[in-house]
Amino acid sequence: MDDLRDKYLTAIRNAADEGTLEEVRLAAIGKKGEVALMMRELGRMTPEERKTAGPALNALRDEIASALAARKHGLEDAALDERLASEWLDVSLPARTRRRGTIHPVSQVTEEVTAIFADMGFGVAEGPQIETDWYNFDALNIPGHHPARAEMDTFYMARADGDDRPPHVLRTHTSPVQIRAMQDRGAPIRVICPGRVYRADYDQTHTPMFHQVEGLALDRDISMANLKWCLEEFCRAFFELDDLELRFRASHFPFTEPSAEVDIRCSWEGGTLKLGQGDDWLEILGSGMVHPKVLRAGGIDPDAWQGFAFGMGIDRIAMLKYGIPDLRAFFDSDLRWLRHYGFGALQVPARHAG
Amino acid sequence: MKFTLSWLKRHLDTEADVATIADALTDLGLEVEGVQDRAARLNDFRLGFVEAAEGHPDADRLKVCRVATADGPTQIICGAPNARAGITVVVASPGTYVPGIDTTIQVGRIRGVESHGMMCSEREMELSDEHDGIIELPSGEVGERYVDWLAANDPAKVDPVIEIAITPNRGDALGVRGIARDLAARGLGTLRDMPDPVVDGTFPCPLGVTIDDDTRDGCPVFALRMVRGVTNGPSPEWLQAKLRAIGLRPISFLVDVTNWFTHDLNRPLHVFDADVVQGDLRVHRAAGGETITALDDRDYVLPAGAMVISDDGGPESIAGIMGGGHSGVTDATTNVLIESAYWDPVQIATAGRALRINSDARYRFERGVDPVFTPDGVDHAAAMILDHAGGEASDRVVAGAVPDVARSYGLSTDRVVSLVGMDIPAADQRASLTALGFRVEGEAPAVTVHVPPWRGDVQGEADLVEEVARIASLTELKGRPMARPPGVARPVLTPMQSRERMARRTAAALGYDECVTYSFVDGAAAALFGGGTDTTRLENPISADLSHMRPSLLPGLLRAAARNQARGQNDLALFEVGAAFDDGEPGAQHVEVAGLLTGHAAPRGVHGERRPVDAFDAKADAEAILSAIGAPARAQILRDAPGWFHPGRSGRIGLGPKKILAIFGEVHPRVLRALDVKGPAVAFAVLPEGVPFPKATSAARAPLVLSDLQAVERDFAFELDGRVAAQDVVSAAAGADKDLIESVRVFDEFTGGSLREGRKSVAIAVRLQPTDATLTDAQIEAVGAKVVEKVIKATGGTLRG
Repeated sequence: MDDLRDKYLTAIRNAADEGTLEEVRLAAIGKKGEVALMMRELGRMTPEERKTAGPALNALRDEIASALAARKHGLEDAALDERLASEWLDVSLPARTRRRGTIHPVSQVTEEVTAIFADMGFGVAEGPQIETDWYNFDALNIPGHHPARAEMDTFYMARADGDDRPPHVLRTHTSPVQIRAMQDRGAPIRVICPGRVYRADYDQTHTPMFHQVEGLALDRDISMANLKWCLEEFCRAFFELDDLELRFRASHFPFTEPSAEVDIRCSWEGGTLKLGQGDDWLEILGSGMVHPKVLRAGGIDPDAWQGFAFGMGIDRIAMLKYGIPDLRAFFDSDLRWLRHYGFGALQVPARHAG
Repeated sequence: MKFTLSWLKRHLDTEADVATIADALTDLGLEVEGVQDRAARLNDFRLGFVEAAEGHPDADRLKVCRVATADGPTQIICGAPNARAGITVVVASPGTYVPGIDTTIQVGRIRGVESHGMMCSEREMELSDEHDGIIELPSGEVGERYVDWLAANDPAKVDPVIEIAITPNRGDALGVRGIARDLAARGLGTLRDMPDPVVDGTFPCPLGVTIDDDTRDGCPVFALRMVRGVTNGPSPEWLQAKLRAIGLRPISFLVDVTNWFTHDLNRPLHVFDADVVQGDLRVHRAAGGETITALDDRDYVLPAGAMVISDDGGPESIAGIMGGGHSGVTDATTNVLIESAYWDPVQIATAGRALRINSDARYRFERGVDPVFTPDGVDHAAAMILDHAGGEASDRVVAGAVPDVARSYGLSTDRVVSLVGMDIPAADQRASLTALGFRVEGEAPAVTVHVPPWRGDVQGEADLVEEVARIASLTELKGRPMARPPGVARPVLTPMQSRERMARRTAAALGYDECVTYSFVDGAAAALFGGGTDTTRLENPISADLSHMRPSLLPGLLRAAARNQARGQNDLALFEVGAAFDDGEPGAQHVEVAGLLTGHAAPRGVHGERRPVDAFDAKADAEAILSAIGAPARAQILRDAPGWFHPGRSGRIGLGPKKILAIFGEVHPRVLRALDVKGPAVAFAVLPEGVPFPKATSAARAPLVLSDLQAVERDFAFELDGRVAAQDVVSAAAGADKDLIESVRVFDEFTGGSLREGRKSVAIAVRLQPTDATLTDAQIEAVGAKVVEKVIKATGGTLRG
């Protein structure tokens, strides 16, 4: 029996491929294999003989079977190693193309602004871009002859012959949305109104279309000091500068009284703008306490409610925050610009993520 | 509005320096746009005395001077013709920056002789254009700073010029006196008294003036005074210097007087040559069409209704805007008529716009001058003319009457504190208003405030609050937290706003670059997309290629693609989210999410992915966006996309023919040609407002039902007419057994081969998912037969073997 064992273990060890190994298996422990035949002989043995031969044969069969399995494994590994050795990719080749899209800075900044104001309880209101002159001007205390009306470089819609209504305008600011929001929601109210606005102006720093965000907060006792706090909080969060200083200075807008221009501290040292440091001031927005006439136009009693409004340029604060030099390029759709200044699809502004 | 420091000090008694004044002005709402302080640059220049001057050994025109300077005797080489011994000069010693030649002086050798400085001309210090020689001063000590000498002897030369922006409400600050009043109210000095001049008339004014009845609402009062026997000519140097400093050209004394009062007291005046005026003056409305040559030597056609001042010969002056050339004063004028009138702001604005004349007078009348001060204007002018040009003044003639603009408003001093959020004591509020010329009656907290006539802008309590606040200084305002919403901040976006945002982010995730294009396009491009009619036309477009509101976002994207293609970028994926306009009424706009693909889906590369973009790229992306914004999965595909798509290679995705959610396809080749875009180009436009919002208000999902039973998939191929829609095959097959058939998917389509022309083969995989028991062969056979029957019935096709 030891001879048998040596014979087959040697044959297994020497089998060079799976075919040979299978032949060995059949010869040894296959149905008609040598070991199987010997096991058939067990029946003819005496019980004593069987007592020793039986377990020995079983052990021999198991040993051969596991040697076969081990050898089979070894052969497969060798075959795999051989295949792997021949499989080689130049992984420095470019990968398959994945198009990567971008979000325009105007959209990104609008969402950033929305996220910050939402945290302070402001909702988002929208309104039509073609407006009646009442919503765009009269309701905002800009009567027909007001110099501000001429200075706004308003775009007018053409009027058909026989249509004697005052021509509609492309809204020159997002302020008309204030009026609509007051009419729709009443007081108290906190909303921002981002959107496109239009003025007939085109030069280095002006485009006939740009973006503004309007803010409105009305309650029983909202003051200009609250306005300053609100804008400070906004600017510090938006520009990511914890100690950014704001300066209010008196100004005039027909729809607010008192009115203030708001500047942020900056420096122009070496020709580059740095926010939050230095001795210069950069104007970033206009604001004030909503004029009683404007409240009335929005259907709100100025003796019962008071509050503030502000308006700032979305494109402008985008330029300041992200160092974008030219406003005109915002609307040119130059692919190189879009990819350089754009944002990833998943860079969704959220207060918890910054 | 420009003025100089010394001009300001004629009205304001103050010790404040320019920087302090500038800061206060900005804080007060009179934003300083620039301060030109010429003295600040001249601090290093000091006086010297030329003790000796000898010819240069090697240059005929140069002199070697020995100059006594602050640093002792110094040798300076000088080429000025007037350099000579015995004169007091201005010296720039080494290290001094000389602005007029943009050079810092160094010790140098000029033709071999050392020079330790420079003696300067006025031009070299940018004080004037004077450059005939070096400055010779009539007085001064060696070593004295030149700016100190100027301040004492010729202050106009270094008078700082301040320029401020005027908000439309502050007409009163268009005179230096109004600015001084603001500063005095802030506490930066005291407003000097300005007594009204007393000018006795020595003869009756030989001319009369009348105001037509229909013009009195535009010209309530008109004052006139003649001064005869004057000698016109150049103004005194101080007056010329002040006018020049603020950018005005001195013309002649009589004209300069009108400019002086325009800027000094915000009182525009006009002067006529009395010898040219024929008969009396008449203030009336133009019939329209009259012509006048104005003082700017240009001819204007008067619009009907514009106010005009005429004599017997016709129009002599465009009221409140610009005088006429015919009766204007000249150097030869000896008898002058001074006009001071009040003109209605709105009417002046209207006429000024129609005539397109921008003048200092129009600018001021438009913003409102002090009507009460009108008759005094002629007296101030007459007094000044008598002082400097001699002559004698007539009596004053006044047509009409000074309008009554007296008014008062109640003011709650508590409300001021509540609105501003700053503790401004009632006494301070009263003091501010009083200093600004308001009269305050009653006791705080409820006072009555009378408005001075020069503050036409103050029309109610809110305006008074603003006055108090700006004098108190908004710079001092401290932020005060406002109540924040308690608890966790709630979502604020409307479902539609969230949807737009989701669509935008999805498009970017699909590889599109977001564009923001103008909302207006040219009429021709708009017409290609169903717009471009008069209802969306702008009356005053900024240019012809931005003339119509866009009917769709696609023309803007196509134009953007053309620009990028011109720069060599051909494989583009652009998108935009925004409003498109249906007509010219407010609200007639709808939101589109539009995408455009041009060129190839991928660049040339080793993986062989390069293929031209096609309609299915656009369809896939439109469907992905629809899915992201929650559109139902089972939308229909319809043909008949709008005409700007390829008629055969485009479609609509809808919940029915009237409920279209998106359109997609190849852009029509004619549209591409018209917009200079190189094809292939495919596009989609998703209409997010059309997608119904889910009815469920709960965030919970429907339960997931899974079957453990084996699903079975069977394939079928049909031969069909080439124009049968695969969608019809799919829905017919799906209808064969709605309970059992889980999905039907097209996996192959081909034409040609053994198929006849005009025929195609479509292969579908039908997946059966039993829910109760494993399917038997007979059941599967039965469903298969039903599928075949349904498809053949619906399409007229045949099952392929």
